[in-house]
Amino acid sequence: MFFIDPHIHMVSRTTADYEMLALSGVVAVSEPAFWAGFDRSPAGFMDYFRQLTECEPRRAAQFGIEHYCWICLNPKEAEDLGKAREVLAEIPSFLACPNVLGVGEIGLNKNTPNEAKVFQQHVQLAIEATHGTRNGGKHALILIHTPHLEDKLKGTRMILDMLRDFGSAIDPARVLIDHVEEHTISLVKDAGYWAGMTIYPISKATPARAVDMIELYGAERLCVNAAADWGVSDPLNTHRTMLEAQRRGHKLPELLKVFHNNPAEFFGQNPNFKIKPIDVLQRTHQQ
Amino acid sequence: MEMKPQLPGGLTASQVLDTYFLEARARLIELAAMLDRIDRAAEAAAVRTDSRLKFIQDSLKILQRSEPGRARAIQELYSLK
Ligand SMILES: [Zn+2]
Repeated sequence: MFFIDPHIHMVSRTTADYEMLALSGVVAVSEPAFWAGFDRSPAGFMDYFRQLTECEPRRAAQFGIEHYCWICLNPKEAEDLGKAREVLAEIPSFLACPNVLGVGEIGLNKNTPNEAKVFQQHVQLAIEATHGTRNGGKHALILIHTPHLEDKLKGTRMILDMLRDFGSAIDPARVLIDHVEEHTISLVKDAGYWAGMTIYPISKATPARAVDMIELYGAERLCVNAAADWGVSDPLNTHRTMLEAQRRGHKLPELLKVFHNNPAEFFGQNPNFKIKPIDVLQRTHQQ
Repeated sequence: MEMKPQLPGGLTASQVLDTYFLEARARLIELAAMLDRIDRAAEAAAVRTDSRLKFIQDSLKILQRSEPGRARAIQELYSLK
């Protein structure tokens, strides 16, 4: 079984984790820019973006893993509009780096007006990245974080409303909205966006609930990730979800679709992403 | 979005119950023990009207429904309006 991990924060994981991912069938990781646990200065962001575009690909390559990333200012650091403006001004140059897939993970955290403003500025930036990057006249891919716990439903609705306000400038097929759960998945999928489910202790989904959602809402435009970071998290939660689906009788082609081919299809809209979806021949026994 | 009624893997209801019952039982006991722990703690009366405890009681009512959509209903119950 091959996996593409669509959302993992490798800067906060050990090199041993890269080896473990390689041993467990992970061929590529996609690393969204996120919060470091403290608010950074604009100079700190530039160092972080260099870490994502220069250092992590080298660390991953030691284990045959392709490393891709996303660039943005995390919603947790969007309250200071002055700082946000400074960081936003630098993002376009990083969008041109060979391992960058797009703008992300942008979104909302506490659903504040400033977070919303900076979210819209990021979306605008993705639209303007149409030219100058290798997007073939389309806007840059966008990866969106939705808030946790009691803020998730309201935040997801706000995000969908803001995206709708951009009208035809935004193509839902080029946007993935992450951390969906039972009460938000159909809002996202019905509007034509890609959806990500995160298997994370306490605050998000579990392997069993994620497989329930695959069964209830279908595997189309759906990805699974562990969003492993510096918190209590586990990169193998993606694999545990695959095992849960397998134990319920899901067949190999569908497993491959969710855990490898869907991310390959979404990310592959950016020519920087090199891995293609895989076709499997049905096995005759014990599929 | 239309919800699909059947499990694609073809598990029967009794297989689902066999697979998940002990896990569900363990979680219910954890919940009961947590409520007991609150009662045993100092100043237990002060939290009796806490909205989080009301959330738990309201969630238990959702569990008693006989139609699907319970997980989503609990998620919505917990969401800020
Ligand atoms: Zn993340």
